[in-house]
Amino acid sequence: MITVIDYGSGNLRSVAKALEKSGGRVLVSQRPEDIRQADRILLPGVGAFGDCRHNLEKAQLIEPVLQHIQAGKPFLGICVGMQLLFGEGHEFGIHPGLNLFPGKVVTFDKTMPDPHNSAMTLKVPHMGWNRVRQNRPHPLWAGIPQESFFYFVHSYHGLPDHSECTVGTSVYGIPFCAAIARDNLFATQFHPEKSQNLGLKILENFLSWSP
Amino acid sequence: MLAKRIIPCLDVREGRVVKGVQFEDLIDAGDPVEAASRYDQEGADELTFLDITASHENRDTILDVVRRTAEAVFIPLTVGGGIRTNEDIRRLLNAGADKVGINTAAVFRPEFVQEASSRFGSQCIVVAIDAKCVEKDAHGQPIRWQIFTHGGRKLTGLDAVDWAQRMETYGAGEILLTSMDRDGTKIGYDLALTRAIAQATTIPVIASGGVGTLQHMLEGLQQGGADAVLAASIFHFRQHTIPECKQFLQNRGIEVRL
Repeated sequence: MITVIDYGSGNLRSVAKALEKSGGRVLVSQRPEDIRQADRILLPGVGAFGDCRHNLEKAQLIEPVLQHIQAGKPFLGICVGMQLLFGEGHEFGIHPGLNLFPGKVVTFDKTMPDPHNSAMTLKVPHMGWNRVRQNRPHPLWAGIPQESFFYFVHSYHGLPDHSECTVGTSVYGIPFCAAIARDNLFATQFHPEKSQNLGLKILENFLSWSP
Repeated sequence: MLAKRIIPCLDVREGRVVKGVQFEDLIDAGDPVEAASRYDQEGADELTFLDITASHENRDTILDVVRRTAEAVFIPLTVGGGIRTNEDIRRLLNAGADKVGINTAAVFRPEFVQEASSRFGSQCIVVAIDAKCVEKDAHGQPIRWQIFTHGGRKLTGLDAVDWAQRMETYGAGEILLTSMDRDGTKIGYDLALTRAIAQATTIPVIASGGVGTLQHMLEGLQQGGADAVLAASIFHFRQHTIPECKQFLQNRGIEVRL
């Protein structure tokens, strides 16, 4: 059973539907006991970093999530669900993250020139399909061609202190961390559940992953 | 590099796809879920449903269409039309929409955009702007546009560029820009309008209204500076497929997802 963590953030239906399409048995829940009993958990997230952190805390979900991770069970974070794994987020003030990946989450610089059109500046949010370079092999990249397109929508991105945990890189004005991993943790800045067949393939890989 | 997006738009009325000319003379163009699945398989980057259901009683029909689409389609789906409250947004997101388009309600009460973006996040709030030229220069080039509401029937007196900037500061994540002068004409996007809005804002702009050829899409991206192009009849009536469109753009140096 995979539990999708519901803490009042985002379109959980599309995450759940995509997991089901990839062959998973899915429970969407905000109850700490459902997280404690899960074989795998998926932490989604849209919206502001601080709100997401606050909502997780309010629902008393941080401890069961950390226990799940410490027990070595598979964990997938998506978008803000990835950003929350960093040390701190710099969105509307500085907020502490779960610090599973030391580093911070910062905004794209709106004053950078647009690579498509030098007369304009970079559009933020970074919204749409971008290529992801796989920095190293990983079981969740199985069957995914190098430099494939995935769907992104975000204004902030993670800056890990230790670059070896970056397993995917994209370029938007600057190169940025599109996927991080270590041990039983994998997280993507892009949305696999909105990235058509290749996104579903990542979810399928997650469902069969034994770290 | 970030790919330019190709977005088929489906006007949905009481659960069926329809297509009109300048918001009138509607003809039936099929089942929305079938059409959405076909575009997804062809490689569309996103889908947009505009609900133009006339009566308020039939509003729930779109929720059913969105629900059925979300079972089958795993690319972003935007739904616009008749959205007035946070509750309307919540119901659409729960049904499986990823973004919502707000138009008339934003004009009546701009704070609604602020409330919606702070509750649901800017990434899912698309402000739809229907603009019409109100002034041309000595060479007949459009230089000023105003906002219309109610499917293009009511002039508001609001300047389109000012309005787009204001909507950005209110938390819009994206602008869906439709030229009322060009919609349904197949003579190409209003490039001056598209460029004016794209340069005045720092959020993505989707060009809409007037596509008749693939060349028009190229112009919208290159000369108009749009981040995405939206089209309806060119795809519905099988004049071009999505892969044909993307191949055409790629051959001309545009980054697309193929």
